[in-house]
Amino acid sequence: MSQLILEQALNGLQFGLMLFLLAAGLTLVFGIMDMINLSHGSLYMGGAYFAAAAAQASGSFAVGILAAVAGMALVGTLLELAVLRHFYKRDHLSQVLATFALILIANELVRMVWGPQPMMLNPPEALSGPVEILGFFYPAYRLLIIGVGLAVALFLYLLVAKTRVGMWVRAGAANREMTEAMGVNVRRLFTAIFALGAALCAIAGALLGPLLAVQVGMGENILILAFVVIVIGGIGSIRGALVGSLLVGVGDTLGRALLPTLLRSVASSEVASNLGPALASILIYALMAAVLFWKPQGLFPARG
Amino acid sequence: MKKLVEPLLLAAAVALPFLLAATGNEFYTGMATRVMIFGLAATALNLIVGYGGMVAFGHAAFFGLGAYGVAILMQHGVTSAWIAWPAAVALAALAALGVGLVSLRTRGVYFIMITLAFAQMLYYLVLSLKNYGGDDGLPLANRSTLAPLDLGSDTGFYLVTLAVLAAALFAMKRLAASRFGSALAGIRQNETRMEALGYPVFGLKLACFVIGGAVAGLAGALMANQHGMASPNLLYWTQSGMLLVMVILGGVGHRYGGLIGAVVLLGLEEVLAGVTDHANLGVGLFLLAVVSFAPRGIAGLLPKGSRE
Repeated sequence: MSQLILEQALNGLQFGLMLFLLAAGLTLVFGIMDMINLSHGSLYMGGAYFAAAAAQASGSFAVGILAAVAGMALVGTLLELAVLRHFYKRDHLSQVLATFALILIANELVRMVWGPQPMMLNPPEALSGPVEILGFFYPAYRLLIIGVGLAVALFLYLLVAKTRVGMWVRAGAANREMTEAMGVNVRRLFTAIFALGAALCAIAGALLGPLLAVQVGMGENILILAFVVIVIGGIGSIRGALVGSLLVGVGDTLGRALLPTLLRSVASSEVASNLGPALASILIYALMAAVLFWKPQGLFPARG
Repeated sequence: MKKLVEPLLLAAAVALPFLLAATGNEFYTGMATRVMIFGLAATALNLIVGYGGMVAFGHAAFFGLGAYGVAILMQHGVTSAWIAWPAAVALAALAALGVGLVSLRTRGVYFIMITLAFAQMLYYLVLSLKNYGGDDGLPLANRSTLAPLDLGSDTGFYLVTLAVLAAALFAMKRLAASRFGSALAGIRQNETRMEALGYPVFGLKLACFVIGGAVAGLAGALMANQHGMASPNLLYWTQSGMLLVMVILGGVGHRYGGLIGAVVLLGLEEVLAGVTDHANLGVGLFLLAVVSFAPRGIAGLLPKGSRE
């Protein structure tokens, strides 16, 4: 039992870190420019497809990831310059409509280029087996994801907390007008942030590709989780996004694994196996509703 | 002249199924019914977004609950629409009351996100109802019966749907002109001022939210009958997005905004699907063009006199 919990906790950590890669970009877009970007999930889908295509062409998983990161950073930059920056000053409704349109366009483009069938993306040979840690076997590939996730989280922390650019980002999230008045070119800064966010999405898409299916619509499922994360954490806060991601990732994974078992002890096994997964899915939304109810600005508000 | 537009449009809508039948295009009667049902759901959302000033991103939940209300009662042998449809509406209204009570304490983007969260909870709840179809959805054995009217024929069902839609649009007009409507307009402009004037702001917004949810439930009840089943996808967040897109496309706060949006969006999908496999690309580009060049939606492009 404790081994199961430990394994599921590791899975939750791994999922939470990947959610963080998505949420980090999303929370900055949302926090600094007050922009609801529903098409953020499409960048994640794009990253997974770029990685799968490049990995198939080159035969190397690493090349796939690098190609996805470079490709999506470029796509993100172009998207921000061509479309999104025209909507920063518009109301939320217009942003919802515009970025919903982008989802439709992105899904259709992917279908046109790669077809409606899911694509195969295999983890690298060397990491396909399990490794022994703490007395039990755990897939090496998932450990790689955890490692990369932690490394990126550390990199983001250093970038945001210790560099001049990071200071601008934090200032922008706290009060954009004032930051502009102090001479920071927020528009250019923002294009860069958007490109970075797209690259982070690409890493998440490429790494999760072998575990989940690389298919059209994969972005829509995870996008809402990323929104839940940033609302729990506080819009605009990177630290909040990390805490929120881990809460959601671990909560969702552990809930899925343990709730059916727990329910079985109080209800019939049929009820438990029906209700368990639903309760686990509902759990994180209930968490978000509760956070909003008691702390409407999220756990770590970016605006003072 | 202006006074004649609405009666003429209504007459044309009544004549449509007979024309389609006479020309051998009965297939399009079902399509037109579907458009009207989505128009009704989008109109209900427009009441909340456009009149109440609340950007709700979970309206599909009430739409789907209405559909499930009818389908579940049907499974238990209740076929009469006189019982099942009001029950579906009551279910949706009750859910809207619960969601509204909690959500209306937040505002702005937080309201968007919390309504989304509740809708997703209801989606997963429905998904877990294995006795009622789970993720396959719940099929209806037959259409509801609405004695003495005949819902069995597509034309009959079309006319009933049209009557419901027309009644809803008429009610919307009366509501906008009523004291309640004026109070909502005041809240939309300045909530604090209305509060200071002694209006029960929270209660008024909640009432608006519940009415919108109830009407969406009615649309869902019609949808289950039209589609022949209640599917969990009716509650998924992309469906909420679709309804919101219809409202914005048609015109936020315009009485016909929801209907115009539904007609244009579903019509465009249908036309494009006939000529290409990649209809959504065209739909997406069209939406992007509308939001860029017609910020007030299609209704905003109509001549001044027709605006409400």
